[in-house]
Amino acid sequence: MEQILTPEGTLIADSPLGVDDVRRLYRSMVAARLFDRKSVALQMQGRLATYAPFEGQEAAQVGSAAAMRSDDWMVATYRDAAAMWMQGYPWESLFLWRSGDERGGRPPDDVPVLPPSITVGAHMLHAVGLSWAAKLQGRDTASVTYFGDGATSEGDFHEAMNFASVYSTGTVFVCQNNGYAISMPTDRQTSSDTIAQKADAYGMPGVLVDGNDLLAMYDATSVALARARAGDGPTLIEALTYRIGPHTTNDDPGRYRQRREEDEWRLKDPIERVRRYLEAMGVWDPAWQAEIENVESEVIESAVGQAEAVESQDLEMMFGGMFETPTQNLIAQRELMRPHLEGE
Amino acid sequence: MVVMNLAEAIGSGLDDALSNDDRVVLLGEDVGRNGGVFRVSSGLQERHGENRVIDTPVAESGIVGTAVGLAIGGMRPIVEIQFMGFSYPAFDQIASHVARMRNRSRHRFTVPMVIRLPYGGGIGAAEHHSESNEAIYVNTPGLKVVVPSTPYDAKGLLTSAVADPDPVIFLEPIRLYRAVKEEVPGEPFDVPIGQARIIQAGEDVTIITYGAMTKECRAAAQQLDTEGVSAEVIDVRTLVPLDVETLVTSVTKTGRAVVVNEAARTGGYAAEIVAQLQHEVLFSLEAPVERVTGWDTVFPLKKTESYYLPSVARIVAAARTTLEA
Repeated sequence: MEQILTPEGTLIADSPLGVDDVRRLYRSMVAARLFDRKSVALQMQGRLATYAPFEGQEAAQVGSAAAMRSDDWMVATYRDAAAMWMQGYPWESLFLWRSGDERGGRPPDDVPVLPPSITVGAHMLHAVGLSWAAKLQGRDTASVTYFGDGATSEGDFHEAMNFASVYSTGTVFVCQNNGYAISMPTDRQTSSDTIAQKADAYGMPGVLVDGNDLLAMYDATSVALARARAGDGPTLIEALTYRIGPHTTNDDPGRYRQRREEDEWRLKDPIERVRRYLEAMGVWDPAWQAEIENVESEVIESAVGQAEAVESQDLEMMFGGMFETPTQNLIAQRELMRPHLEGE
Repeated sequence: MVVMNLAEAIGSGLDDALSNDDRVVLLGEDVGRNGGVFRVSSGLQERHGENRVIDTPVAESGIVGTAVGLAIGGMRPIVEIQFMGFSYPAFDQIASHVARMRNRSRHRFTVPMVIRLPYGGGIGAAEHHSESNEAIYVNTPGLKVVVPSTPYDAKGLLTSAVADPDPVIFLEPIRLYRAVKEEVPGEPFDVPIGQARIIQAGEDVTIITYGAMTKECRAAAQQLDTEGVSAEVIDVRTLVPLDVETLVTSVTKTGRAVVVNEAARTGGYAAEIVAQLQHEVLFSLEAPVERVTGWDTVFPLKKTESYYLPSVARIVAAARTTLEA
């Protein structure tokens, strides 16, 4: 397993990043955790619909996304808000989407990130197609797709790996193996020793990385993206990590795992180990921690405010969402609905 | 003008699309070197290269799923699934993503894609090769669904489908690939999506159909003519969006209607047409609208296909029923 920074915060290999960059990404992980906890709180208040927390997976997402170029495509899932935000998807759009509003599925025009995938596995093929399109157009834009251990049981994972390999597309597959697919542990999804080894069957490199190690994730993704840009094809990265929280806010992990296991993984926390490293380097102190938490919390509060201030959707938005130009049939149905709007 | 059969007309439309738009790629199983199992894309890989006419692994979900990414990434993919009965593995991609990406991203990411599905029976094929499951695509919001029945319409509708900013399911009646020939312009032209065509005008009863069944319906109209019954035959050509107006105008005039589709009866597309008619023209109807369809059985193997497919005799009998009511 590739590791650069131990859970104790000790470097055991050369850092791929200077200390300023590590500090910047540390701050991103802190912001991501604040967003995640804020989302859980908002869901409990009924201000968001079901939420899928990613606590514990910040390094896997922030470290990999930090290696991307701003024009690289990202195709991720409902648990990957940190990665999506790193690539430009605004917090307010993520809040809006989670509040049950399709407009949150539309990132700004210069952000190459698809809306989060809810179906498990199917989206990996979209990432293959996006990097394939770039290749056909003579560009070196790559795509990075995120998925979990459960998704590797889906047929589309295998079709995506196969297509990427056959057409040598610049696709980076980032599997966050967080131990569970809802209630089922990884050893019930596969009897392979690792997920990374599945890459062998498709003739591409597969690397097992400590997914709670920011630097190792950055490094492995950088290598995979360089390979993609050079036209050498796809890579599978297995980021070994742990979902500290429930599958979603509707889930109770007490039904399928021991609290002790969660406590053990807390000792390998992805943020704490970078904090220890930065402290040892003399660039972390409690005052700075308080400062970044305050600033990032304000940014997140402001995003919540923006998401909650949007005007309500009208019927034109719903019926107009299906085609570039709504069909006569849709227009007729819209008018059938109009008299039945609540409050009218 | 060039005399073409339906398969050649689609091939000509594909050739034009590949020639006129660099973004167009054709992908599917055996579409390149082999020209497709029906030879529709014969010669196109030689002409346009392996990066434009792409032979894929045998993986329908993979073909459609990667085409979603190609489309969002600025290409104009045309996908061939060898037989409609093999589209089920791709159905999740079609229903969950192709049809929804525009809405999910509120117009930011769109999937201008044509999915070509050779469909229908009457060719004595092995199991799964004769399906007519268009109703599942019709009942999937976000897709347009077209069905040509002539070489001219096939090329014109394909041109419209490729130009359409939204995904189009393009049904190709296998039985008619080589059964009909007519003059078709060699240059590009379009037949608009969403317009029915009156195959022949008549006064006494309207026969409404699409795809391969136009052949039986035409023959039924000829037989009815010898009995002194004047039938109007309409090819709807587009299932989504349906040209209700042309149907309403016709049935208002004739007061009688027979709807014919070769798919299974329950929940088939004929039922939708009947529902539209009863709502729009109930007080012009002289008789209940009749349906002639396949049955709610699995499509039979070669020896009993004739038990299943709507025949000229069944269509004529249904027309007589409306006239005797």
